[in-house]
Amino acid sequence: MANCLHLDPSELETLLPENTLKTRVPQYECDRQVRPAPSRFRNEISKYILLRNENCIHCGKCMTVCQHKVHVTYSGYKLFPKGRYHQCIGPSCAKTDHYCVDLCPQRALQIAENPMIKCLGDFRWPADMILATWIMAQTGEVPSADYGYDYECGDSGGGFDRLRFQFPDNPPADIEGEVDTTLELNRRDDGRPRITIDVPWYGGGMSFGSVSNTTQLAKARAAVAWNTFTCTGEGGYMERLRPYDDHVITQVATGLFGVREETIQRVPIVEFKYAQGAKPGLGGHLLGDKNTVSVARMREAVLGISLFSPFPFHSVYSIEDHMKHIDWIKHVNRRALISTKVSTPTDVDMVAVGSYYAGTHIVHIDGGYGGTGAAPDIAKKNIAMPIEYAIPKVHGFLEAEGVRDAVTLIASGGIRNPYDVAKAIALGADGVVIGTAELVALGCVRCSRCESGRGCPRSIATTDPELAPKMDLEWAQQRIINLYHAWRQELIRILRRLGLRSVGELRGRTDLLMHLDFPPDKTEDIQ
Amino acid sequence: MPEKYHIETRPIPPRRPRVGKYGIVDWREDCCRCHNCVKKACIYDRHREETNYIRNLTDVDALFFDCMGCFSCVQDCAKGLLSLSLNPVYENLGNAYWTPEIIRTTWLQAETAKIPVSGAGYKGRFSGPGFDAMWTDMSEIVRPTRDGIHGREYISTSVDIGRKPAFLHFEQGELARPIPALVDLPMPLLIDMMPDQYRLSRLEPAMIKTARKTDLIALVDYRSLPKLARSQLRHVAFYLDQGVKMPDADMLRQTRLVEIADGPDVAERIDAVKQIHPEIVAVVRVALTSDGVERAVKLAEGEVEAIHVVADLQGNEVGAERPRFIKDMIRKIHRDLIENSRRDEVTLIAGGGIALAEHTAKAVICGADLVSINLPLLIGLECHLCRRCEPGGSCPAKLEQVELDYCVGRMTNLIAAWHGQLIEVMGAMGMREIRRLRGDVGRAMFFEDLEEQTFGKLFTSGS
Ligand code: SF4
Ligand code: SF4
Ligand code: SF4
Repeated sequence: MANCLHLDPSELETLLPENTLKTRVPQYECDRQVRPAPSRFRNEISKYILLRNENCIHCGKCMTVCQHKVHVTYSGYKLFPKGRYHQCIGPSCAKTDHYCVDLCPQRALQIAENPMIKCLGDFRWPADMILATWIMAQTGEVPSADYGYDYECGDSGGGFDRLRFQFPDNPPADIEGEVDTTLELNRRDDGRPRITIDVPWYGGGMSFGSVSNTTQLAKARAAVAWNTFTCTGEGGYMERLRPYDDHVITQVATGLFGVREETIQRVPIVEFKYAQGAKPGLGGHLLGDKNTVSVARMREAVLGISLFSPFPFHSVYSIEDHMKHIDWIKHVNRRALISTKVSTPTDVDMVAVGSYYAGTHIVHIDGGYGGTGAAPDIAKKNIAMPIEYAIPKVHGFLEAEGVRDAVTLIASGGIRNPYDVAKAIALGADGVVIGTAELVALGCVRCSRCESGRGCPRSIATTDPELAPKMDLEWAQQRIINLYHAWRQELIRILRRLGLRSVGELRGRTDLLMHLDFPPDKTEDIQ
Repeated sequence: MPEKYHIETRPIPPRRPRVGKYGIVDWREDCCRCHNCVKKACIYDRHREETNYIRNLTDVDALFFDCMGCFSCVQDCAKGLLSLSLNPVYENLGNAYWTPEIIRTTWLQAETAKIPVSGAGYKGRFSGPGFDAMWTDMSEIVRPTRDGIHGREYISTSVDIGRKPAFLHFEQGELARPIPALVDLPMPLLIDMMPDQYRLSRLEPAMIKTARKTDLIALVDYRSLPKLARSQLRHVAFYLDQGVKMPDADMLRQTRLVEIADGPDVAERIDAVKQIHPEIVAVVRVALTSDGVERAVKLAEGEVEAIHVVADLQGNEVGAERPRFIKDMIRKIHRDLIENSRRDEVTLIAGGGIALAEHTAKAVICGADLVSINLPLLIGLECHLCRRCEPGGSCPAKLEQVELDYCVGRMTNLIAAWHGQLIEVMGAMGMREIRRLRGDVGRAMFFEDLEEQTFGKLFTSGS
């Protein structure tokens, strides 16, 4: 099994404090094999539906011709039940030689767009993007072009959704061999371990309390499989996460919920969360309803009260204070890399450079439009700038300071698909953090109800004892593993089409991008 | 430290069936009557509520649409008989500016008095016209913020209306000229009159009572004055339209603020009011027509101490073919006032198109001292902005039958929720005083600027 720590066990022994080694549990192993993980719901939402009229004579022709196994029948039943419409590729099937609508001897079939599809999705995550993500999580591949899913961009009308790659007409001589998608996280050359992850992303912090055990563990297992990381969020370090220690980033947030020396010593990366994009400047907020018995125990808090993590750190009023903080963690854990997570104010570039000088290895900027947990609507929409502006700003400033190659720049807050990953990197990030996409893979429909009452009705973002167990861990981990696979494959295709051999080569290559509102040749309307 | 501004609230449920975004379509045909029907599993219990609603239906003009859109029942039904649909009534709420989302969030705030909170990130457009083309800033490491929000520190939202002289005149150690009167409001909000097409007589008493409860001031047209208790006058400002005679002196003296329509004789009318009540602050109401901006700036050169500029209900320049938006007009007036060294001589109140709490903060950042609102308070009463308000009309909110307590409660809740949100954005900015936010465009980021600085720089060829 690949290990992101370039250390052999004896080195680990010299680095880890004795008590950590003693309490260290065997680490979980998991491969990255794609296995089918169909929807856990009976009726997957589909873009198209098939209408069958009364002329159908149940000859079964449609069943034999369809290559997508849309039509089903059960022995003993005379009538056709509802089919697997979500596998139907829709009208584009007419071009093929297996179009049931044309081949039906009775002309009893008709394909229509599912009227319900209007109820799914939003400007940032349109229905197509959600459905495509589900297919990726189910199959480990991006949906074939036949589906006609427009999942590369959302409908938000700005940022990533107006950026496109300028793929050369004739991709430079086919790139043979592996395309390198790994990302090196420690660029400081400060004697701390090098840590390489196999995909240029890791999972964002979702604390236990905001998501279920299953969700958190599924994320951790996918991180193991893909040799990357997941983050505890600020809800404390669950005992159950210990078999994943080597792939966990633990968060030190302003609330310091559940932060202990011992938990800091377990992990290879410690993240300071100053702010988060969804509620910049507002700190964390777990509504009382979600502070259930188990959450309260984990956070060492009183059951049922709303938990606020204050903003900001009350011990940090300057970069010097921040440096003291970092020194403290570096002292407590001699092998840890430090990540500093900030949101995107106007002076995000200064903050990033300051963090670098304070000794951070990773600067993690979190733009305003992402986020998974509960946040005031006014904050999500209005406070701080979208990540698309912040990346080039920070990247450029780090370059101008001459420190760009000594720090890893991670972007998050609205990375929804492999194209967003590539665009973020082309704008200047080294890698990204994802969150919502993983939840969508688990069946999130973005109904936004995660915060209220018993929490997520779909068992993803809830610790409700009745709702949470409805999702199976093996299934959930496979969905995320599949998603990562699909993303990586697509990322490699993008890189190949651009004639690049590694993700690293893409960083800062804004020349490979274009913006629909700033067309390269203004006389030409490329819309 | 002054006593903290606090608005007493309590939840006021809607009178009418909720107009949600989704409804469930149920093709009952072919149902196999599972004993563990998925409808029982809806964690919001919407199917049972719907059945009860239909059972007790008295009038059939409103259907039940309050599903949360989680798709759980739809996806789990053994026969796949359930389906979600968009509620056409929801989609037709309001208009292009007052969108269904704005109306729905206003309803919820008027019901609960709470700051709207939701999960799953932001779902809207990247940016948009008007106020949506700006973001407010936050401060990463420095100060008050959450402390202020949770009460250990004080974030002040109070503003003054009136003139703030640049210096005081003394003669022989004595103040030579009296300090001009100031009206102090705990929040940068003035309750404006309802626009004519929505003017419902029973709303005025509610607006006045709300002003009293929230310690704000409601503008009331002197021509259509409802019966007022003396104790209410402190929270009322008479609006004197052109040609309206001077108000009753005794009543006027009980008020703190008066608003006078702009016109050729506006100076004389201010004088006349001040003759009766020298300590009153007089505001001039200027419609933001094509020369409204210039007119406002011009007025500030004279003796006028407060100007209320009012755009149309959509925040647009009145009657213009290619109208400017209120935020840009405020910025222009604010800048011109600074250039003329008049900025602190005059208070700028901006109205028209202020639809959400965030617009208050943004209008202040653009240079207004405070804003005025009317429609949000009406929407708070479950109004659909469908303009079927004429007596005997088919108002879906049945506003002809509303009770005073309900109106006051809902309006008060809405204002409280706005106040909470104002504190949130100020907290994020690290701001303790809204007075200091006025015109501080450094606390905001504008879409045009960011686009140009980022993508313009990267992608404009040949530059
Ligand atoms: S091919 Fe046509 S007639 Fe035959 S089973 Fe299919 S729909 Fe019915
Ligand atoms: S509550 Fe809705 S938005 Fe939140 S995680 Fe669950 S399905 Fe997704
Ligand atoms: S979709 Fe969800 S909220 Fe709506 S009725 Fe079904 S289970 Fe309830």
